[in-house]
Amino acid sequence: MVAQTSSGTATVTLPTDEQILITREFNAPKHLVYEAYTTPELVKRWWSGQRGEVTLAEIDLRVGGMWRYVMVAQGGFEVGFHGEYREIVPNERIVSTEVYEGMPDGEAVDTVTFSEADGLTTLTILVQHTLKEHRDAHINSGMEAGMQESMDALEQVAISLR
Amino acid sequence: MARAATTTDAFNAVAEPRRREILDVLAGGERPVNDLVGALGLAQPQVSKHLRVLREVGAVEVRDVGRQRLYRLNGRALKPIHDWVKNYERSWSERFDRLDVVLEELKQKEADDGGADE
Repeated sequence: MVAQTSSGTATVTLPTDEQILITREFNAPKHLVYEAYTTPELVKRWWSGQRGEVTLAEIDLRVGGMWRYVMVAQGGFEVGFHGEYREIVPNERIVSTEVYEGMPDGEAVDTVTFSEADGLTTLTILVQHTLKEHRDAHINSGMEAGMQESMDALEQVAISLR
Repeated sequence: MARAATTTDAFNAVAEPRRREILDVLAGGERPVNDLVGALGLAQPQVSKHLRVLREVGAVEVRDVGRQRLYRLNGRALKPIHDWVKNYERSWSERFDRLDVVLEELKQKEADDGGADE
């Protein structure tokens, strides 16, 4: 088992009514963070977090190319996200659209930046929605997933008590 | 979509950008209204109006010191908003913890390919 070096937790702020900004520092050079962010087999390993399994990660990394991720949460329900790449600067910056397939009206534009100092890489993801309602729903979708996690954890405990 | 009245809901109270600016200034410490007027570049009646909304949801408290009214932030009233965002933050933290593991492997692989160490 590889030692887990946690360089910090994610920080989420809401700079404007339509935005979400996610920031995290990683103990790795930026070309590796970029690689882990843009390689389907690697995205499959981290993108679901504790929430389930990534069953599909398609990345056509060119301007106008599409991406699509599908995750199956522990409860068995499937969630899909997709978008189109608008700007790609290798190891520096990716701009793409993002649509949560459960709420197809709320297309966001994501700007991801990778910046390195002293061997540490700061990753920022700026999610720009067009409406506050969509931004709020986006955050709420995380909340639902969080609740799902808690329910799953509870279920595990219940099973272990049988 | 049904929404609570601005004056009863912390979410709505901070939906106004100017009110968020006031909270940002007060995060730096207690201030008289004149400081807020100066920092925001708004007329005093407007600042007072925003302060009233913030006070009604408990996000801002006031006390009189001599002839001055001093305003201060009450973070507790903003906790529902904090909790709301925290949950989302947690799901990203969990993703990034996994990404850390992937990155350690990539670093190791790169070191091995370089052949210098190990």
